[in-house]
Order: sequence, then structure tokens, then C-alpha cells
Amino acid sequence: MRPFDYQAPATVDEAIAALAAKGERARPLAGGTDILVQLRQGRFELDLLVDLKRIPELLAIGYDPDTGLTIGAAVSCAVLAEHPDVRTHYPGLLDAASIIGGTAIQGRATLGGNLCNAAPSGDSIAAMMVLGARAVVAGPSGRREVPVASFCTAPGKTVLQKGELVVALKIPAPQPHTGARYLRFIPRGEMDIAVAGAGAWVALTADATRITNARIALAAVAPTPLNVPEASAALVGHAPGEDVFAQAAALASEAATPIHDTRGTTPQRRHLVAVLVRRALQGAVKRAMANEAPGQEAQR
Amino acid sequence: MTGKQKVSAIINGELAEFLCEPHQSLLECLRDILGLTGAKEGCNDGNCGACSVLLDGRLVNSCLVLGVEIEGREVTTIEGLAGWQGLHPLQQAFIAEDALQCGYCTPGMLMAGKALLDRNPNPTEAEIRTWLSGNLCRCTGYDKIVRAVRSASKRMTEVV
Repeated sequence: MRPFDYQAPATVDEAIAALAAKGERARPLAGGTDILVQLRQGRFELDLLVDLKRIPELLAIGYDPDTGLTIGAAVSCAVLAEHPDVRTHYPGLLDAASIIGGTAIQGRATLGGNLCNAAPSGDSIAAMMVLGARAVVAGPSGRREVPVASFCTAPGKTVLQKGELVVALKIPAPQPHTGARYLRFIPRGEMDIAVAGAGAWVALTADATRITNARIALAAVAPTPLNVPEASAALVGHAPGEDVFAQAAALASEAATPIHDTRGTTPQRRHLVAVLVRRALQGAVKRAMANEAPGQEAQR
Repeated sequence: MTGKQKVSAIINGELAEFLCEPHQSLLECLRDILGLTGAKEGCNDGNCGACSVLLDGRLVNSCLVLGVEIEGREVTTIEGLAGWQGLHPLQQAFIAEDALQCGYCTPGMLMAGKALLDRNPNPTEAEIRTWLSGNLCRCTGYDKIVRAVRSASKRMTEVV
């Protein structure tokens, strides 16, 4: 690896100053599971890595039944998966966070890093998109919030400007009768990059007879994780069931623009999108029906 | 730019102080600076698990950690697994079950196994296989490794 400097600031402001001073020649370091590999491969050169893991705010997980979940950008997937509120209220997020790499990767990999790496196949990005997550971005001119759904602009490219970093991810509080599920296809059980992935979120009426709102997002089948509003729209107002799931799956499959590479062919990926969307919807509806009033036990 | 930085950390229960360049991985620091050659370099990109160590009790690939990142933290390597009483039950089980052939993956497998049993003292076969998915072995076909972790788990939970 080509030499670079290393700083581990204790505050967000110091991190911003360090990043802003070096521009393109500096990057934040969260879990390092992507950036250290990329540096070793010589994909780009840096003068400075700014380690975010000494900043308390970036290592915190906060849950409030009214405002939802705030995940520090440097929280590892393993730490996230052990958090009782996350386990109880955000199974759709854990679907993704617990399949990124294997155990040792999950001990380091972060949702903030997964988002900023902006890989088309980023499992947690599609999962966060359907949950309506927002990224809290801090930079030289202050803080702003960006919907995760519009954060990635191209493979490896994001909306981040010079000196900006993601400090946290905010996910709305789960409402009664809602549920989410993320699924992906890989040829082996673990430790692989998605050939295709699909996240689904649904909101049902209290009697579970109709879908009142839905979101579908796809991974690894477009230049960025892909929101599919037309598939979501096809679900709203209908009774949850195989006919309407198949319709949404077909629309998602049409919206996908997958490449043909060593992981999979274009037709295979289109086929997988339809299968995964249908199954993700089944899972999301099942969770929505089990999810009567998620705030109640937290208030007790 | 760059230059060596001083790092102080607890490694296998003892304070270690060393100098390293910021771009050197923890694996390089362990092997080339500290002489702890138990952790192995396989792929050097986080796929094979041969370099697995515990960082503050959590399983990580030491090839994907910078040496400078461990300042003030605790690292356990395979050299720290056996205690004064002798081999760790996992090590004994690996011998008893013939869970190794060439041995290159073994230190990583043992550290991954320890991280699992520390959290889940009585894992199912499926849990063991999933947990060890980031540790590759080209010799054994995995069955003996999984059996060894199961037998160590049984032995350790019986004692308690």
C-alpha cells in the first residue's frame, strides 16, 4: 500500500477540517473493509485517512419510539445487530446488515461506509431506502440531511461535497401495521456480493385487508441502488396477495437495467429481481401483520 | 508526510508498544514488527480469514485493520489463546478431531471459533457454519472443523 497519513480526531469538526484541507486526497475511514482493499489494489491514492472511530457521536445508536433510530456512521454491523431496539423494531434493516460479508467483516463494516462506498450492490442501501432512511451529512457549511434514496449518484459516486462526511443514518420510527424485508441472491450462502437484491416495505390497514403504502428498492441491477416507485404504486390500494405481488415484481424487473458480468447475466438478474421482489413482499407483509403496535412495549 | 507513529496496545494481555507506518496493516505489525507470526496472510483483502484476530473481543480480519487503529485497544491473537493451564479446549478439540491438515487456516479458525463460543456457548451446527463462513479451508472440507467446534462447546459448557 502506498504510504499515507492517519489522523483519528475526537470531534466531527476536527474531522471536517482535516478532510476539507486535503480535498480529494483525503477520505474518512470507518470500518475499512472497502477502502483499505481499494487502496491496496491501487484504485486511487490518498495523502490522508481520517479515522472516524474516535468520535463518540459516530459510534452511538439511539432509539426513540417517536423519532426513530439514529445510527452513528461508524457503528459496525455486528454492534448494530446486537442492539435490542434494532432487533425488535428494525428486522428489515438487520436482514441486510447481517449478510454483508462474514463475521469478521461485520465486526468492522458500517452502514455509513456501505452507503458512501456507493456500490450498486450495497445490500444495506436498498434496505435503508425502503425504510425511508436519511443520511445526516456534516461539512464545512454545517449539517444537512439527504434521503438515502438520492445519496448515490453513480457507481462509487455520492452527493458528498468537499470536506463533507456522513455522521449518522436516521430511520423513522416503525408505525403499526408496517413491515420490511430485504433479500438477495448469491451463489453461496455467505461472503459474496449480491447478484441481485430486493428490499420491500409495506404499510397495511389495521385489518390487513389493503396495502396503504409501499416502497420497493433493488440492488446490483442498476448503476446505483434503485428505487422503483412504479412497483410501489401498483401495490397501493390492493389487498396483499400473490396477484398484486407478481404485478409489482414484473414492474421492478422491467425497471432494472442489469449488466452482464461474471456474477450473472442480464436475463438471470431480471428474473431474480422478480423472484426476490415477490418474496420480499411476502416477508414484509408477514412482518406488517405481526407488527400490531411497535411503540407499546418500548413505552412500558 | 507519513513517518512512523508510536502505538500502545494490550496484545494477548500484555502492554505492547511499537512503531509503525500508518499504512501498515495490523497483520503486518503483528507478524513483521512484533514477531507474532500465528496470524497468517492469505488473500490480504478480507476474504479468507487466515489473519483473524480479536480486537476488543470482536472478530476482525487483521489485514483490514491499520496498525495505528489499535492504539489503546486490546488484541488477542492465536498466541494468546492457550493459557498457563495448557491448550484451550478449542485447540484440544481441533487435535482430537483432526480438524486440520496443512494448518494455514487453523489460527484464524480457532480465533473465529473462540469469538463464537464467547458469545454463544452452545451453537448449532448451522450457527457454526454461518459464523465460520469468512474462514476458508482448502484441505479439510470443513466437517472436521465444525465437529471440533461442537465438541469444544460441549466440553466447555459441561465444565460450567
